[in-house]
Amino acid sequence: MSWFKRVKEGITTKSKEKKYIPDGLWNKCPKCKAITQSKDLAENKYVCPSCNYHHKISSEDYFQILFDEQKYKELYAEIVSGDPLNFFDTKSYKDRLIETQTKTGLKDALRVGVGKINGTKTIISCMDFGFIGGSMGSVVGEKIARSIDYARENQIPLIIISKSGGARMMEAAFSLMQMAKTSAKLALLNQEGIPYLSILTDPTTGGVTASFAMLGDFNIAEPDALIGFAGPRVIRETIGKDLPKGFQSSEFLQEHGFVDFIVSRTEMKDKIGSLLKMIACKKTSTKKTEKIDS
Amino acid sequence: MNYLDFEKPIEDLIEQLEKVKGTHAQGKVNMAETIEQLEKKIDELKKDVYGKLSNWQRVQLSRHPDRPYTMDYLQYIAPDFIELHGDRVVNDDKAIIGGFGTIDGQTFMIIGQQKGRNTKERQFRNFGMANPDGYRKALRLMKLAEKFGKPILTLIDTPGASPGLEAEERGQGEAIAKNLMEMAVLKVPIICIVIGEGASGGALGIGIGDRVMMMEYSWYSVISPENCSSILWRSWDYKEKAADALKLTPNDMLKNGLIDGIIEEPLGGAHYNPQEAAEILKREVKKIFKALKDVSSEKLIESRINKFSEMGVYKEEV
Repeated sequence: MSWFKRVKEGITTKSKEKKYIPDGLWNKCPKCKAITQSKDLAENKYVCPSCNYHHKISSEDYFQILFDEQKYKELYAEIVSGDPLNFFDTKSYKDRLIETQTKTGLKDALRVGVGKINGTKTIISCMDFGFIGGSMGSVVGEKIARSIDYARENQIPLIIISKSGGARMMEAAFSLMQMAKTSAKLALLNQEGIPYLSILTDPTTGGVTASFAMLGDFNIAEPDALIGFAGPRVIRETIGKDLPKGFQSSEFLQEHGFVDFIVSRTEMKDKIGSLLKMIACKKTSTKKTEKIDS
Repeated sequence: MNYLDFEKPIEDLIEQLEKVKGTHAQGKVNMAETIEQLEKKIDELKKDVYGKLSNWQRVQLSRHPDRPYTMDYLQYIAPDFIELHGDRVVNDDKAIIGGFGTIDGQTFMIIGQQKGRNTKERQFRNFGMANPDGYRKALRLMKLAEKFGKPILTLIDTPGASPGLEAEERGQGEAIAKNLMEMAVLKVPIICIVIGEGASGGALGIGIGDRVMMMEYSWYSVISPENCSSILWRSWDYKEKAADALKLTPNDMLKNGLIDGIIEEPLGGAHYNPQEAAEILKREVKKIFKALKDVSSEKLIESRINKFSEMGVYKEEV
């Protein structure tokens, strides 16, 4: 017998009964609990003005932040998943896809846009965490492969913004092979001397980390993002100890030599813009030398 | 010999057979006929038991305590194997071994995950789960093979890449990713064989080949059935269901175009006769190498990249 008896029930809302709360006029920071007007938060690129917390944002938000005049052309928007394994766990993958597509208005966990960043024509592939945890299946793999081919054909820099829990289990070995597919394509890009910037945002884990996300000529992270191969829960269970503070954070990765620099989202466009200018594509740089020679 | 639950009826018969053989050897009674009958019965029972395995039972067979590991195969296929250690940066990973060896006169760079047979060995080999150092050692050795124009053979057998503090500190993700990218453009033929467990990025990290094969009782997928059950069903109890859903058997993998072929095993699995299993594996390696050895490196790389680029199922809506 315990001494105290709970009179009031605790939290009894089951997770499936949770209601989707639409974006209101005000936004509460999950880290410092400061309340900001949604409009102000958007103007600050969804970075909390009081604690620098980077809210998770969508591909559309990143395109708006990075492309000049918010103008871009979306590519390969029509590709959707094919459920190759007829996968069924607690519900069928087919239903899960339709449900997620309806809820998010997205086709899959990655969108591709081409536009200019401070004047440099660039192709960006950006993941959407809202779509089954930003997981990588055949669609994500194919879109990345095509965006690499596009960068090669047009000799323009490639940016991939990662935000993912890893491979999509419902596509099992198909999703595993997307790691091979994207990395093999990046090998070709690498040989042609076209710059690839990998932007790591919260969270970037599993098969995405173990393939394209870590293969950038430049690995660039947002502050305090979770970046790792194994998830923290798995590691904790394996070693049977709590993890050190800041383990697998952007800062931790930079300290251990896996990230070139960390940049706040508010300064991302300018910093990337200058970097792209400095390293401009091979083709254009050879042309320039020719001009100087003549 | 160890026997799994569903192998118990076979164990009983084999015990019987050994007893009868013992009596026969004493020379007092001629048991030749009984022995023959029993052997026939065992074969039939094996065909029956292994002919209707569930996918989960296949996963269990891939982890059979008597199943041959990389070093067991090496002993038969390349007895002159010279192990080469270390990643030249920090460490020599014990979960991945590698070195040069000759298979019937042809030098190969052979790299494989190595598991342990008993508790002490298992700890020493970290259960076949490599750290970044292991993947970097593998890449160093593969580049060495490229330098000397020798083909590469990898033997895959891992429950996954090691999850731990050190692995993350030293960049497990980066190490695997680098291998995927570099293996895609290696100039020499690469043959990869899943000999036991092929779990996730840990397996793929030495698995980008011109031919990727699976042994009959191996599995290959993005995650183990247990972990899949724990994530999707939030319980460890659905591993059988997960083993079915993941389509991780060699037949399914071949049907889905994700591997290039299946290597047969002796009746009941490699653990009944490791030497025979090694002979079959050697024969396959020689056959594959014969088909690859005269292909130019440009062509090899191009078809290797094209093969992996075509993997994936999607639709394009109009």
